[in-house]
Amino acid sequence: MKLSLTKVVNGCRLGKIKNLGKTRDHTMDIPGCLLYTKTGCAPHLTHHTLRNIHGVPAMAQLTLSSLAEQHEVLTEYKEGVGKFIGMPESLLYCSLHDPVSPCPAGYVTNKSVSVWSVAGRVEMTVSKFMAIQQALQPDWFQCLSDGEVSCKEAASIKRVRKSVDRSLLFLDNCLRLQEESEVLQKSVIIGVIEGGDVMEERLRSARETAKRPVGGFLLDGFQGNPTTLETRLCLLSSVTAELPEDKPRLISGIGRPDEVLKCIERGVDLFESFFPYQVTERGGALTFSFDYQLNPEEMLLQQNGTQEEIKCVDQIKKMEITGCNQEITSFEINLKEKMYQEDFNPLVRGCSCYCCKNHTRAYLHHLLVTNELLAGVLLMMHNFEHYFGFFHSIREALKHDKLAQLKELIHRQAS
Amino acid sequence: MAGVATQASLESAPRIMRLVAECSRSRARAGELRLPHGTVATPVFMPVGTQATMKGITTEQLDALGCRICLGNTYHLGLRPGPELIQKANGLHGFMNWPHNLLTDSGGFQMVSLVSLSEVTEEGVRFRSPYDGSETLLSPEKSVQIQNALGSDIIMQLDDVVSSTVTGPRVEEAMYRSIRWLDRCIAAHQRPDKQNLFAIIQGGLDADLRATCLEEMTKRDVPGFAIGGLSGGESKSQFWRMVALSTSRLPKDKPRYLMGVGYATDLVVCVALGCDMFDCVFPTRTARFGSALVPTGNLQLRKKVFEKDFGPINPECTCPTCQKHSRAFLHALLHSDNTAALHHLTVHNIAYQLQLMSAVRTSIVEKRFPDFVRDFMGTMYGDPTLCPTWATDALASVGITLG
Repeated sequence: MKLSLTKVVNGCRLGKIKNLGKTRDHTMDIPGCLLYTKTGCAPHLTHHTLRNIHGVPAMAQLTLSSLAEQHEVLTEYKEGVGKFIGMPESLLYCSLHDPVSPCPAGYVTNKSVSVWSVAGRVEMTVSKFMAIQQALQPDWFQCLSDGEVSCKEAASIKRVRKSVDRSLLFLDNCLRLQEESEVLQKSVIIGVIEGGDVMEERLRSARETAKRPVGGFLLDGFQGNPTTLETRLCLLSSVTAELPEDKPRLISGIGRPDEVLKCIERGVDLFESFFPYQVTERGGALTFSFDYQLNPEEMLLQQNGTQEEIKCVDQIKKMEITGCNQEITSFEINLKEKMYQEDFNPLVRGCSCYCCKNHTRAYLHHLLVTNELLAGVLLMMHNFEHYFGFFHSIREALKHDKLAQLKELIHRQAS
Repeated sequence: MAGVATQASLESAPRIMRLVAECSRSRARAGELRLPHGTVATPVFMPVGTQATMKGITTEQLDALGCRICLGNTYHLGLRPGPELIQKANGLHGFMNWPHNLLTDSGGFQMVSLVSLSEVTEEGVRFRSPYDGSETLLSPEKSVQIQNALGSDIIMQLDDVVSSTVTGPRVEEAMYRSIRWLDRCIAAHQRPDKQNLFAIIQGGLDADLRATCLEEMTKRDVPGFAIGGLSGGESKSQFWRMVALSTSRLPKDKPRYLMGVGYATDLVVCVALGCDMFDCVFPTRTARFGSALVPTGNLQLRKKVFEKDFGPINPECTCPTCQKHSRAFLHALLHSDNTAALHHLTVHNIAYQLQLMSAVRTSIVEKRFPDFVRDFMGTMYGDPTLCPTWATDALASVGITLG
């Protein structure tokens, strides 16, 4: 695989990763995102409804937490997880955890890391981990790592140091096992940068990991609430400065549009797309504009009805929905609100997604109020398409030197 | 004002059914329904989308499966979101964006299913809303008024429904009241040119009461007839006899809609008995419990036995789920919290029902329906002679012998 940069603007890297996948003929654009899945399937979506979405990324994210239990099944299946889940054409990246579900702390040892599935805890030593990857056969996978420091409040320096040491040890062991397996050599290991909030440890982790023959880097432990990211941005810049230019940098747990831009400015290439899923789960539709070409008046017209929404959005409500203890953001509208009951406009005027072309806010409101399953399906289709469109606009803005306008537009909409 | 149908209505009901073929042995018929939103081939199974949605599948997916008519429910939609809103949204078709046909039930069945929340009088059914405790009176006029606002292609009269397990004078009262309510519905119907009002034959499990109802209701020139009050807790032996009695007295040139029937065996037998249209929540509901319908019955895909079963649900099925996915994957997905698992099965189960009806229809047109029935029973029960007694008796009554 080969990463070629077209240009670097203000720290943002625009480019392509070529020769990806087992057939070596897939390409990915950066900056970009991965398709978020749960147990190998986009949330709420079948192949048919997923296919309706424009701009679906070339690479999907699988989570070991949802697939580790399928180890035995996949070993017997032999043909890899891509075929098993019905996505034989897609590039696949396997992360350890699901970015949406927080993992309980206290389960990493010197010899093993645990992931949490619906059924319970799955403990993995290096050899078990690699055996699972051998059965999965993903294109990329996150190396076994100790990311627990981000689960804890104020981890001690000693603990932080341990997370870096352990992760490097796991990496070396995984690389060694990879060398011994023809199957595993077809997959690319993504090295994980740990180090918590300690600059020294972050730099050490970055430098040491960069010495190993990994295919790319995962910047772990930067997730949290918006204020924690602010304080970590400086760390982020320092970390990416230590990494080779020709290998992709992924980040986990970052999804809000304003945070995405901040991370791209600090050298991050790839993101997850769990954020549109979280919005879906609370009955929201992404409506933020990324059309930096429009003047502000036109933008308001396009986001039809947004005047009242801007007022409502000023109240930040906490919603507890199936473990997504997330606040509503200013990037979305909450379709459960009564004001949408008779709103016969699409979610976003001008959006070309299946939901906006076929349905109205009033209908979505009805589906949410009556607890109908179709609400999740339609909202997921819109939210994914909107989010993928956002990443497309980032690339376009970089191409045409309009990043400042896009940035200003996004930050104006951040609450 | 109760009374006989007026002279005007006797001539005005459209003939919407065109018979294409009839089985020379049984009462099975193949036909075409000409409805405002297009033609529907019969016999037809109509999936149930109670609240203006076919559960987790989009209207595009439903269309792609070949569905050309499905159900909505007046009781539910009348409460949420309400007829005024739906009217503003260009009717139920516009609200849910369904380009093909819709049939709405009147709300009558909810009288039985939500009996603790309802009270029946000559005026109508008084419901207490489970959502906010408020009371609504669903009268024949109100039901038709709501259905007029919904704009469905076929609307059902409000009938006085009693559970098939009820005996005694209540059954007779409900039967006669249903006739009076039919006349009130006919009188209240504002859009007979755009919406086809069907009568619903009642009478419980009493042959005399059924016969009386049939005689009276067939005097009213409605575009179609439904057979109601069955598919509850009654024995199958009583069930088929009431169906057969009804089809023997219903006009041949109008569609016969058997309400609430959806198990494969029941569908095949009741087609033989002369029914054209069916609806049931079973296939879509059972999908959401992880059960996939197959010609031999069903597969409970959550069970461990499917963990490593790498074949599709049914290799002969052409639905998207079977084209793309294995039982093993669906098993894994069913044990996750991704709702997509349910949607995969909903798609398949609807496809199963529609493919079954299509195969039934083809066999009637090709004059081999009795052989089809024998093959079907053989596949389902291992041998045609192992078919349940009630089905064997029912089929025998219309000239089809098994084994």
